[in-house]
Amino acid sequence: MATAPAEVGAVQEFTVTVIIRRFDPENDTEPYWQDFDVQMYSTDRVLDALHKVKWEQDGTLSFRRSCAHGICGSDAMRINGRNRLACKTLIKDLDITKPIYIEAIKGLPLEKDLIVDMEPFFASYRAVQPFLQANSKPDKERIQTIEQRARFDDTTKCILCAACTSSCPVFWTDGQYFGPAAIVNAHRFIFDSRDDAAQVRLDILNDKEGVWRCRTTFNCSEACPRGIEVTKAISEVKQAMLRGRP
Amino acid sequence: MTTDLTLDNPRTPHARTKRGINWEKWGWIYMRVSGVLLVVLIFGHLFVNLFLGDGVNQIDFAFVAGKLADPFWQWYDFALLVLALIHGTNGMRTIVNDYVAKASIRRILHAALLSSTAVLLVLGTLVLFTFDPCPAGADPELVASFCEDIL
Repeated sequence: MATAPAEVGAVQEFTVTVIIRRFDPENDTEPYWQDFDVQMYSTDRVLDALHKVKWEQDGTLSFRRSCAHGICGSDAMRINGRNRLACKTLIKDLDITKPIYIEAIKGLPLEKDLIVDMEPFFASYRAVQPFLQANSKPDKERIQTIEQRARFDDTTKCILCAACTSSCPVFWTDGQYFGPAAIVNAHRFIFDSRDDAAQVRLDILNDKEGVWRCRTTFNCSEACPRGIEVTKAISEVKQAMLRGRP
Repeated sequence: MTTDLTLDNPRTPHARTKRGINWEKWGWIYMRVSGVLLVVLIFGHLFVNLFLGDGVNQIDFAFVAGKLADPFWQWYDFALLVLALIHGTNGMRTIVNDYVAKASIRRILHAALLSSTAVLLVLGTLVLFTFDPCPAGADPELVASFCEDIL
């Protein structure tokens, strides 16, 4: 036992094949799959693999990323058929004996490679009035108990990455549907004791294209990189709508 | 959902949208309510038909004729017919909405669903309330044996 087991905990190195769905609107009529071999370490994430491809092999590869640490919500993409954040998915957690398939999120217009037009997503987000509307004019701050704050704690975690909305089969065929993310952000204010516009938001979501389109397939809850119980939040909004108040 | 980017003036009160009946909402509620009722009705149906009395062996033309002669079972089966048919049709409508992207094909499938359900509802109701196992003046060779006492 004198010789220390140096290999335990050591960073492993391996070659991974990533297959990326490419699309250049100026040259291609249809998207196509292109594969790259990259040398990765067990501490690397899918985002590092994309960086290696872009910086060392093909500079034309386009994708969004800002903070690269799971906060900004820029790099949601479909990795091996599941919506994830590239910056929160470790390569070693995927099956590296097989190639890793990476494509843009579905249901939103493809612009280039892994970049989609997020405007329809943000339009439905804006439509639920995602801001505090308080009519009371307190002398000091608006007091809230721990329980009142806990009521909507889960839905405050949303980073608007669109992983949930673009994993929703209803949203894929019906682009008019508000989508899980907009309902989550409505939930965040509907159940906030300081807010006075819950009725307005319930009325907006009690639409033909509102919460009733939800089929509770749980794709959104599974996709959420922040672990928000999205389907539960949507169901709570449905219940509030049937009660007529939050 | 409005994609319109023009903004109302600040402090403009939200205008309540009134556009008739919200079918999506009532469809959603109907699925839940009819689902619960159907669980009770279907298991009641199975219990009476397959378990009580002689169990499975008792089911024949006479058994069904006897049940449909009783107004209670007529209305029981009518409730089953209406709840289950509309429940199923609404489920199919949902699937069509989810998987059919083309508006024209969707409209055709919706019309087909609606008309077939309407026909089945009328036919089913007619059978339940006008069923006569021993029609008067029918060929004695063709009617059931228990009709001899009646005819």
